[in-house]
Amino acid sequence: MKYHVEVVVRLKAGLLDPQGKAIEDSMPHLGWTNVSEVRVGKHIELSVEADDVDAARGQIEDIGNRLLANPVIETVEVRWEGRESNRTEIGARQAGRLEAEALE
Amino acid sequence: MRPRVGVITFPGSLDDRDALRAVRAMGGEPVPVWHGDRTLPALHAVILPGGFSYGDYLRTGAIARFADIMPAIREFAEAGHPVVGICNGFQILCEAGLLPGALIRNRSLRFVCRVVTLRVETSTSVLTAGLVPGELLRIPIKHGEGQFTAGADELARIEAEGLVVFRYAGQKGETGDDHNPNGAANSIAGLSNERGNVVGLMPHPEHAVDPDTGPTGGQPLFASLLERALERVG
Repeated sequence: MKYHVEVVVRLKAGLLDPQGKAIEDSMPHLGWTNVSEVRVGKHIELSVEADDVDAARGQIEDIGNRLLANPVIETVEVRWEGRESNRTEIGARQAGRLEAEALE
Repeated sequence: MRPRVGVITFPGSLDDRDALRAVRAMGGEPVPVWHGDRTLPALHAVILPGGFSYGDYLRTGAIARFADIMPAIREFAEAGHPVVGICNGFQILCEAGLLPGALIRNRSLRFVCRVVTLRVETSTSVLTAGLVPGELLRIPIKHGEGQFTAGADELARIEAEGLVVFRYAGQKGETGDDHNPNGAANSIAGLSNERGNVVGLMPHPEHAVDPDTGPTGGQPLFASLLERALERVG
């Protein structure tokens, strides 16, 4: 089965995000003076061929932690296709089983 | 005997040539090593040079960390041999977990290219064995992502265990925002592992060994590295 996921990588909350800051600082020049807390992350889409959802999830967590994010400075969130409510926060995931959609 | 110092070339390395040249200028035998090799030749020390390996894609050093040569470098480091990461090499060592912390975009968002003053913090690293804490060196920096950062606990551990090797400083050795070119935590410009054999730094000592081209703050660092590399063998 083929599982399609979106991976969102963010700088950890306490860390200064210079890119977010630069974008935020540009807003008043365009007349937007009510914007704050701009943060820039990465959005990565990928598909995994796996026997079942557990195998796919295990592998995606591994990819997230070992390659896509640096756990020293970033957090990873995995979004399963079309199901916002079934987010997996890597490292702090709820116990409930995910019902990921399998793509043909 | 002239210590043999390997310099790893990754796709996108820029300063491998200068590192090889600096090793030779300081009396060592430079040995070019290709990232695609799986074993290291007989060496006394290894340098991971500056540059933009793999175009800095994903994060600086994130892809180079998985290069074919990296398991051999990890083994070499774990055996206690000197491994020095300069700039992008520092970023690779952090990504590989051989050094604590990480390097992120400069606070100013600007690429910084100038000569800075470094204050030596310890003489227990392979790069500073021949120096005294408090000594000042003039060495160039040139990076866009050199802001050292670590979690609060990790930063406290780094300080408590004396792992900081260099801090950005003023001409009298004072530290502070005025002398911090990239916003690095605690003005950290370089640090080592617990054993002191793995060192990473953002400044470029390989660009500072020849008086004809600028400051010579890199000379004592290479001298220290070459000396310690041989001791390790003896």
